[in-house]
Amino acid sequence: MNRMINEQELHSDRAPGVGKWLRGGDPLIWLNGAAVSVSVIAVVGLLLLLAVRGLSHFWPADVLAVSVSYQGQTRELLGEVVEQVEVPGAQLREAGFELQGPGPFYQRTLMKQGNRDFLGTDFTWLIDEQFGPRRYPLDVLVVERLEWGNFYGYLRAVSRFGEDPVTVAEHGEAATLEAMQALIVDTVAVREEIHEIEQGEIGAINYELERLRLRERGLELEGRLDAAAQADLASKRAEQEASFRALQEQLYTLYDSIKDHSYSAELADGRVVTLPIAKVVRAYQPNAMNVFAKMAMYVERLWEFLSEPPREANTEGGVFPAMFGTVLMVILMSIIVTPFGVVAAVYLREYASQGFVTRTIRVAVNNLAGVPSIVYGVFGLGFFVYFVGGELDQLFFPASLPRPTFGTPGLMWASLTLALLTLPVVIVATEEGLARIPSTVREGSLALGATRAETLWRVVLPMASPAMMTGLILAVARAAGEVAPLMLVGVVKLAPTLPLDGNYPYLHLDQKFMHLGFHIYDVGFQSPNVEAARPLVYATALLLVLIIALLNLAAVSLRNRLRERYKSLEH
Amino acid sequence: MSPFTPRWRHFKDRAATVSVTAGGAGVLVAILLIFFYLLYEVLPLFGNASIEKRSEVASPFASAPLYLAVEEQTEMGFAVFADARGSFFQLDSGRVVLEADLATDLGPVSAVAEESAGKRLLAVAHTSGAVSVHAHEYRLSYPGGERLITPRVERLYPELAIRIGEGPLQKLALGDNDDALLVVAQDAAGALHAQRYNRSENFLTGEVNFDLEILPLPTLAGETADFHIDENLHWLYHIDSKGGFAVINLRQRDGTGKLEVASRGELFSGGGQLSESAMLLGGISLLAASDRAELVQYFMVRDGEGGHRLQRVREFDTDGVSIATLLPEHRRKGFVALGRQGEVQIYHTTSHRRLLSESALPLGAGAAAISPRADALLLVDADGSLRSWHIDNEHPDVSWSALWSEVWYESYDEPAHVWQSSASDNDFEPKYSFAPLAFGTLKAAFYTMMIAAPLAICGAIYTAYFMAPALRRKVKPVIELMEALPTVILGFLAGLWLAPLIEDKLTAVVTLMLALPVGVILFAFLWSRLPLAIRARLPDGWHAAVLVPVVLFIGYASFASNDVLELWFFAGDMRGWITTELGISFDQRNALVVGIAMGMAVIPTIFSIAEDAIFSVPKHLSYGSLALGATPWQTLVGVVIPTASPGIFSGLMIGLGRAVGETMIVLMATGNTPIMDANIFEGMRTLSANIAVEVPEAEVDSTHYRVLFLAAFVLFMFTFMVNTVAELVRQRLRIKYGSL
Repeated sequence: MNRMINEQELHSDRAPGVGKWLRGGDPLIWLNGAAVSVSVIAVVGLLLLLAVRGLSHFWPADVLAVSVSYQGQTRELLGEVVEQVEVPGAQLREAGFELQGPGPFYQRTLMKQGNRDFLGTDFTWLIDEQFGPRRYPLDVLVVERLEWGNFYGYLRAVSRFGEDPVTVAEHGEAATLEAMQALIVDTVAVREEIHEIEQGEIGAINYELERLRLRERGLELEGRLDAAAQADLASKRAEQEASFRALQEQLYTLYDSIKDHSYSAELADGRVVTLPIAKVVRAYQPNAMNVFAKMAMYVERLWEFLSEPPREANTEGGVFPAMFGTVLMVILMSIIVTPFGVVAAVYLREYASQGFVTRTIRVAVNNLAGVPSIVYGVFGLGFFVYFVGGELDQLFFPASLPRPTFGTPGLMWASLTLALLTLPVVIVATEEGLARIPSTVREGSLALGATRAETLWRVVLPMASPAMMTGLILAVARAAGEVAPLMLVGVVKLAPTLPLDGNYPYLHLDQKFMHLGFHIYDVGFQSPNVEAARPLVYATALLLVLIIALLNLAAVSLRNRLRERYKSLEH
Repeated sequence: MSPFTPRWRHFKDRAATVSVTAGGAGVLVAILLIFFYLLYEVLPLFGNASIEKRSEVASPFASAPLYLAVEEQTEMGFAVFADARGSFFQLDSGRVVLEADLATDLGPVSAVAEESAGKRLLAVAHTSGAVSVHAHEYRLSYPGGERLITPRVERLYPELAIRIGEGPLQKLALGDNDDALLVVAQDAAGALHAQRYNRSENFLTGEVNFDLEILPLPTLAGETADFHIDENLHWLYHIDSKGGFAVINLRQRDGTGKLEVASRGELFSGGGQLSESAMLLGGISLLAASDRAELVQYFMVRDGEGGHRLQRVREFDTDGVSIATLLPEHRRKGFVALGRQGEVQIYHTTSHRRLLSESALPLGAGAAAISPRADALLLVDADGSLRSWHIDNEHPDVSWSALWSEVWYESYDEPAHVWQSSASDNDFEPKYSFAPLAFGTLKAAFYTMMIAAPLAICGAIYTAYFMAPALRRKVKPVIELMEALPTVILGFLAGLWLAPLIEDKLTAVVTLMLALPVGVILFAFLWSRLPLAIRARLPDGWHAAVLVPVVLFIGYASFASNDVLELWFFAGDMRGWITTELGISFDQRNALVVGIAMGMAVIPTIFSIAEDAIFSVPKHLSYGSLALGATPWQTLVGVVIPTASPGIFSGLMIGLGRAVGETMIVLMATGNTPIMDANIFEGMRTLSANIAVEVPEAEVDSTHYRVLFLAAFVLFMFTFMVNTVAELVRQRLRIKYGSL
């Protein structure tokens, strides 16, 4: 080790021998550098992968028409190319395919052929060598539907109320498509009206009826259900039921007004089918669209993803309820965790005597941040849901028993569990901020005659507010991405209503909610049609990353503004 | 404080102190609550059983019953007497509710046998030699909100008119399943007879027919003491009075046309005589007690030569009590043993525990029964008293040794570590072994650390020590950004993108792992051969930036050459080659995938702590070393790393803690099968994933639920301890830096 190598030698033009170069440790430095490169590439690559796969989903892809011949049989196919891979021929032969080509490798294509109601599966793997010429016919129609996934075909006719159809043969392609779009606009408007009534007004009536039932049961339990009360309840119930019937009439009329609109289209194999317009979300001809039209469609579909609830077992549609649930839960958690975390930190740093016990507690709190989140989930389930929730039900909601109100996983317990999970983070960060405030500042305040509480409130806490924000940022970042504990204490794959709505008490803490992270897990791994759901999962994952980044950025800018304000104090 | 301070300011100050103290202490207590709550849920698992007297009344019966049973709600008992009458009676008052007729027309009763524990099916042998089969049932109703139990007895298979041997039968056994009804009996002369009624169902009419088959039993040595039939009507266990056993295969005949004896031997190693034997719930295990206080469990296992043998599975420590009666539980693999001197003992077979041993309860000779929920013990004495006890025995099926060591489960050929918590079957033996879960947890953590530790530590060393400050300011946040990435996203990418990719391009992944270090060193060597003019353009500490295209190229080249290399070396199918040539099974979602994905989650943790530790090594130390002529690498290895090693260690520990507790990645990136195999190409099930999968379905406060809480508690303690060690090491490091 006492061999001397100076800077000149390291950087000399005359390169050292291989052995010397190896012994100098240079290769190892390069290897360490490579570790950094690999880590950075992994992070950036991961985000790019999410972005590319997540964002490409909304682009209206061209539809390929091709005839596939295999063992003397030919069939026509229509669909979007999803994926292409090279496969060794041996593997294919083993799987029982007859191959024509010479090569060791064959191109395979995954096609989304849609039409699940007619073909059975939406996706199919094909071997490219069986393809005839590839065509992109301009008149291919893609229909996004409420049921059975996408439809691919050639539009033949459109009919309003099932009468006097507008046909392609008679009126031409453009007129027919126009008629169809007009009908879709009409039905979408009617469907929205129906949704409004079903979710809004009928939902409110159902909620009111349930409350009446609970009040009746409550009175019965208290022994105060006399004739007067019963009559009162009955009249209220009759009132609600009357308006319910009126709404139902209205609904029937609305349903009737759209149920007979239909369109006919020809499938790739020549079959002509007639389908209801009422189930159509949108229809377009991607091959005939220019870039700008596609961009408009892209934005429309992206907006649908962000603003609509999911449909078709979460494999289509949007993620709005999941997004809403995630943000609401994080906000509730922040409201709970901030005061408690700050009080605990202030106690530890400003009020507790700094002895062995305080030091031990500090280490313990620090370590709790490393306890697996599933442990908090188990605790939340056992303690909050079953123990506290069960007691609350006995005390405050005996009317709805045996159906639990709070004795079952829900929004409140999820927020509380995550608040507990992130409490150590907030405590540690706030404490660090408090420790950084010079004691001279406190002493100055006390010397001027302020009480300890006044010093704390007017001097110490404002100065520590950036640190509190840091703690909250870290807490929010951790909470928004946490899924494992939520699976136990309140998340569901599909919640029929949002936890925040127009029915008293507006914020339903006892309701289960949807969550982006759980949505990813559920759609990606529990879905019956994983292939169809996959692009949506990428998009959801990207959205989750963006939300976390956004929450972080918001908090960071807030912290910076606070820092700016108290800068003068720190110097 | 100033004398001018108004009183309310004082008051506010006091109030603030009190509320902050209360609030702060409250929050800390709430945190401690996690520990105590988990403990509170777990502790009942290891508690013992207790028994207390419930009632004692004068027996309403003139004689001791031949058979006794208690119904589910422990309100009512059922007794069968020698005159072929049965009585349902209130447990606590002794009042007879209903008298039932158990085929009095066939004459008085000489013996009664229960089909199996908990099935409420009886075979009654009459002195005439006839056998009748009865079921006792209880219907619950709630007229006026009060519980009402309506008992009844139903005679089954009267059309068979079962009759065995001549004269009164001494003893009998009944077996009943979907295929056949089997009756084995010992006549007054001591000879054994077996009759099987094979069931056949007419598919069109649904009518069931029985064909009688008289089974040719082999001649057995010794005087018959007891015999039992197993659940599947496959084996007949015969025990003679000297404690010798013979197991007869009811499905196999030997050369002479008699049924074959599958296994013979001695039950007791101490040489005692049989005092009592019984079949455990499920009809697989045979329990036997000797008059010399030996208590053993046997069941049939394959002997490896195509045959079966009756295997001694475990023996129970009876504490010298000679057992007179064995009462198997109806819902669990436990049993109650009553001693000759009035002792009561409660055992559980799977957990190999004796949960209770009470002596000197006033037990007399008579009939005994336990309730279906095993919460009541009923005794009807010959001396005319009816007594019942309440038993509290919630969680007998778990013990520390059963959780961690190998257990010989029923129907297994050898002791094993198995996690299998639930099944549809009532007779199921739950298998709570933490060993495969803990193994899976450590396996996942091991492969994670294999990938994360080198990358994170090397990266930290380079970033902290060699990297240019301008670059460091950008690189550090990027790597730490990964920490904020939700693990559910990593898990989903691992399961749906990485796992199929690795399966498809396995050769490329292996190539990449080998080619990356070699390629980087090769590049470095070539770089050192470049003229100084070019090399000097790269400022110090930018190696990593130069390497990005190199790494990307090596990655691209590995994947591009995948197919060709696979064709050359593995005949185009590396996965198949691994399975056939190396004999290693390959799952798509395996430990390698988990290692890479969880590595991504752990790298930022380790990186961040290790980087801080290395970066904060006082600069004068490294300057001193460099000034003495050491190269930067020598300074790093000789000075910087030794000083920072506690910090690196603490980073590793915290990373390990994270890898052990991570749930979503493992849940999504493995098959979640609880196996014990270190193979990198197979999956695992970890403690955390197991909790996530099973807790939502576990019944509250059941043994399963508490065992899952125990798993959470184990995880909690493990990570807490690992983190504490890391924290203490870090604190010492801080003191050390302070002194330098």
